[in-house]
Amino acid sequence: MNDGKKINRIDSIFKDYVDNKFDYLRMIMKMSNEEIIKDLMDSGLKGRGGAGFPTGNKWKLAAEQPSGEKFVVCNADEGEPGTFKDKEILLKVPHKVLTGMTACSKVTGAKRGYIYLRWEYKFMKDDLQKSVDEFNEVLKEMKIDFKIYIFLGAGAYVCGEESALFDSMEGMRGEPRNKPPFPTVSGFMGKPTVINNVETFATSTMILSFGGENYAKLGTDVSHGSKLFSISGDTSIPGIYELELGMTLHEFVEKFGDGDTKAVSVGGVSGALVPRKKFKDTIIGWEGVPTGGAMILFNSTRSIYRILHNYLDFFEEESCGQCTPCRIGCQQLKKGIEAVKKGEEDPSYLDTLANLSKVMNVSAKCGLGQSVMNPVLSAVNNFREELIY
Amino acid sequence: MKKIINLTIDDQKIAVDEGTTILEAARKSGIKIPTLCYHEDLCIAGNCRICVVEQENMRSLPAACATPVSEGMVINTNSTKVRNARKFLVELLLSEHNADCTACVKNRHCELQTLAEQNHIREHTFIDLKDDKNYTIDKLSPAIIIDYSKCIRCQRCVRTCEEIQAISALSAAYKGKDMKITTFFEKPINTVVCSTCGQCVAHCPTGALTEHFYIDEVWDAINDPDKHVVVQTAPSVRVALGEEFGLKPGTIVTGKMVAALRRLGFDEVEDTDFTADLTVIEEGNELLRRLKAKLADKDESVKLPMVTTCSPAWVKYCEHAFSDLLGHLSTCKSPMSMFGALSKTYYAEKFKLDPAKIVSVAIMPCIAKKFESNRPEMRASGYKDTDYVLTTRELAIMIKQAGIDFNTLKDSSFDSLMGVASGAGLIFGNSGGVMEAALRCAYMIVVGKDIPFEDLSITPLHGSEGEIVEMSVKFTGTKPEWSFLEGVTVNVAHANMLSNAYKIMEEIKNGTSKYHFVEIMSCPGGCIGGAGQPLPTNKAKRTARKEAIYSGEKLIEIRKSQDNPEIVNIYDDYLGKPLEEKAHKLLHVPGFTPRKRY
Repeated sequence: MNDGKKINRIDSIFKDYVDNKFDYLRMIMKMSNEEIIKDLMDSGLKGRGGAGFPTGNKWKLAAEQPSGEKFVVCNADEGEPGTFKDKEILLKVPHKVLTGMTACSKVTGAKRGYIYLRWEYKFMKDDLQKSVDEFNEVLKEMKIDFKIYIFLGAGAYVCGEESALFDSMEGMRGEPRNKPPFPTVSGFMGKPTVINNVETFATSTMILSFGGENYAKLGTDVSHGSKLFSISGDTSIPGIYELELGMTLHEFVEKFGDGDTKAVSVGGVSGALVPRKKFKDTIIGWEGVPTGGAMILFNSTRSIYRILHNYLDFFEEESCGQCTPCRIGCQQLKKGIEAVKKGEEDPSYLDTLANLSKVMNVSAKCGLGQSVMNPVLSAVNNFREELIY
Repeated sequence: MKKIINLTIDDQKIAVDEGTTILEAARKSGIKIPTLCYHEDLCIAGNCRICVVEQENMRSLPAACATPVSEGMVINTNSTKVRNARKFLVELLLSEHNADCTACVKNRHCELQTLAEQNHIREHTFIDLKDDKNYTIDKLSPAIIIDYSKCIRCQRCVRTCEEIQAISALSAAYKGKDMKITTFFEKPINTVVCSTCGQCVAHCPTGALTEHFYIDEVWDAINDPDKHVVVQTAPSVRVALGEEFGLKPGTIVTGKMVAALRRLGFDEVEDTDFTADLTVIEEGNELLRRLKAKLADKDESVKLPMVTTCSPAWVKYCEHAFSDLLGHLSTCKSPMSMFGALSKTYYAEKFKLDPAKIVSVAIMPCIAKKFESNRPEMRASGYKDTDYVLTTRELAIMIKQAGIDFNTLKDSSFDSLMGVASGAGLIFGNSGGVMEAALRCAYMIVVGKDIPFEDLSITPLHGSEGEIVEMSVKFTGTKPEWSFLEGVTVNVAHANMLSNAYKIMEEIKNGTSKYHFVEIMSCPGGCIGGAGQPLPTNKAKRTARKEAIYSGEKLIEIRKSQDNPEIVNIYDDYLGKPLEEKAHKLLHVPGFTPRKRY
């Protein structure tokens, strides 16, 4: 059936393996740019925000851009419902993130780095600023021409989308841009920019200290390494866990479920809502269901209709509203499931809605509108009765 | 040399320059990809997604307008996947849209309606969302009406206002289901920084943005036996009106237009070109007076450059954005408002009519003229100088309402008194025309000879759309009273689109402007690209109209405003001297109105 791995807890992110927190930085700055890129490539690290672009590749693409002004941006707009790992990283091990950003600046030649901190995390801004100031001081002492700044967002989910994030930083309304050009060519202020998730930068630091090949020993051929999972919902042990990639959802539920798990939202509201019957066949990773880390467990007391309705409520409000499929599609999906539930539309209207979500998936301008399909299709295909009766 | 990219679209092999979009490449090969938020005048938004196409080996459907071609790309513009997506997208837009098409001014001219037809939409797949939206209509402006129930949020108006006019009176607000296009703090459009240029109207694909119609009021006036209705027509209307009746852009229909106006029942059909000539005389003299005061009398209170004020949207923009530089504006009224004032004074006196019973109507290529006619400054006659302003499009509607077969009309000519014009008056329709006309006039006054250009055509000023065109004129052999100008080089410039006006005004503000005289028109290409002209607007049409104006001018024997016999008469009989007495009272504004910047 599957060759999923057993649950295996790892502790690379939150544990320090050096005496002094700046030792990572000192060690990495001794590496050559080629060594850094090679380690990241060897590690097989893919972006931990959810989209999964190979990190080494991204840094290399930006490095290959003609010299001139470049930027490193850390995406700390952790807005996906059900994910809360980046907050913990920034609270507990900010130096790993800052070190990762500095490694990226070394490779790309960027002189400025920004942390785009979501508005809801402003409670930690002062503490984070202290860490950043301290780090900047060390950079100065080490004569490293790189400085990190914090930029506070204004609370829009869509600004977690990289190009909308740049718009927001540039003082504009946060709306995703047309791609190409991609950020490595034209990002913040139209300059080559590497934008990575908080966890990606922290993981990069650890990869560079362990060695890429060692890191790649963890996980599967497609999903290398370990990653943080934000676990919530119907579980007695919610929280943040670092797990080796490659386990099946069945393994996962055995460990974290309450014995009555009916479905798991893998990847938060924009991920698939995997039903119990598929737990054994579903590997958590790029070969199965990828995730940015949010794992929301639901037991049989939960109504899939109400879960989906809640998700769609979220999407219709958090869409930026610029593109047709996302703005109107989300409204139609929500209205549509309401109408079927009330009997105002025939149950077959669910198929129209499923088709609509597929059209949104291929035609929406950014990942937000494209991923609305995931929970909709899972619900329509696996929990049809719950949506009708 | 640009790199050549080879790709395949619908089985056709195509080679185009690197950087070309899929949409452009397809159009070059005669493949039509439908669009909605795309407009050739504007930057790419890629938000309606109507132009999605299928790309081989790609999961999602890229938007053709926003995606550059790449080597070896294989595109299908008409696959089942594409057709299904496109149909759903149009249906989604319709579910948010007030599709009461027969009662819509854009009926049969609406781009959304066309897409619905082309995509064979015959049912309502989705649930009607309109009831939840609390759509409103903003009717308070005399110029622009916004019907939010028809807005499809393509942001063409937003891009127009930002890119062409550098104003951003309209922008996107809120997000998700509540996202809408609106004004600053959702105030009525007549209370915000809007210049009323109406380019948003000209670029709106649906009936969300329209001009404020005055057709019914004009019919009432025509049908009122007590009223004497006099109508004037702007220079650029005659080169565009024909488009509404299926004629090629740039067809000159002056005679048929006059005949149609008579058939509609207007009592007198006169020509705005006449008052354009009058504007030339007044403005030319004002410029010379300012030059004399500044250069000869060293009067530092006199502001140079002097900037034209024919374009009402420009004047309002300047009042908002550069309220401390209003001294640079010429005090001359626009040709339309000069005509309005004269229609209830000079004209009334000559024909022994009670001015209270005269209704003065103006047919304009412009939406801002509706605002101008309602300005309190425009009541020099003691009445509202211009009662109603109709756009070229409104005139076409009236002609269709009256059942007139426009194309078979026999040519008719303007009535006299204010119906004769020189070529200088006609070229007001083009950006740079006022400048050219004024230079011809001023040169003759100062030197006593024609300005040395073949056929009096000052071609360096003809420029192209969206450019700031500069020119220098050196005066030699001046008449004794103008000797202070001997050997002086006068720098002039003209520009269209307020984004260019902004650049010129910033220079004036910083004290780095080298100009003595500047002409500004708000709309692309000048009045021929006015927001009241037949739709859709595009560069090819505007160019055809522009050429029609210049070629039309060649057919007019009188080329300088001061040679127009009716102009000579009006000064002799009525106005006196330029800038003085009656001319000052009727043809110049008492002042401008500083306005807020938001």
